[in-house]
Amino acid sequence: MERIPILKMGDYLLVTVQVDMHDRLATTLQEDLAERIVKSHARAVLIDISALEIVDSFIGRMLGSIAAIARVLDAETVVVGMQPAVAITLVELGLALPGVRTALNVEKGMEILRRSLAEEASGGASEAVIEESVIADAE
Amino acid sequence: MPTLSDERFALGSSADIVTLRQAVRAAAVELRFSLVDQTKIVTAASELARNALNYGGGGSVRIESVAEPGRRGLRLTFEDKGPGIPDIERAMKDGFTTGTGLGLGLGGARRLSNEFSIDSRPGEGTRVTITRWTS
Repeated sequence: MERIPILKMGDYLLVTVQVDMHDRLATTLQEDLAERIVKSHARAVLIDISALEIVDSFIGRMLGSIAAIARVLDAETVVVGMQPAVAITLVELGLALPGVRTALNVEKGMEILRRSLAEEASGGASEAVIEESVIADAE
Repeated sequence: MPTLSDERFALGSSADIVTLRQAVRAAAVELRFSLVDQTKIVTAASELARNALNYGGGGSVRIESVAEPGRRGLRLTFEDKGPGIPDIERAMKDGFTTGTGLGLGLGGARRLSNEFSIDSRPGEGTRVTITRWTS
């Protein structure tokens, strides 16, 4: 069966959608990603859709589901590389991809994921620093 | 209104949606649609094809390139022999669905087209026609 490859790089899973997806392929990707997140303990998923010439409501919904499933499995998702014509069409269609983080390209997407994982890792520490600086300002 | 070309496609499976998207894209390129206009008509076609497949049990699509003085357009006619839509006004509303989709199909396809018409008879089927003109 035809499948979209999922690459693992450290804590990240990388997916590049390079074909015009039919519905079954999109559903398979969703299932494969969920399994890979759990199996590989991935913390973040980056999906590159720069080769996609259209995103209809089905593919849009699939991207939203992937982001939601990943979140439930404690992983972050960023969708990158949407073509401008696709963005314009998607919004006119009535879909603004709520709950899906997006970035212009792979580099910016990785930056978002890296920052967000780092923030999570430092956890309470960064909040404490912010509090201290607020106190300092008040004085 | 003269017709420049006329093609027909069967819609029997979700793989046919991909084939249709490619055919609509090719027709839009042929008419020298801008990239945004191409994307809009292809996306609208994808939505309506999925509707015909999921709710109409499959059907057919007609792709026509048409011309009027000063402009050219792409007209797509989707026909299915499904159960029909009892309340079209309600079905046009965003978020209305009897299936598992987002319910953006009909309303979304209308927004992405310049002309939109729908004819549905309960028990007989549904026909949706959209046209997008060169801007």
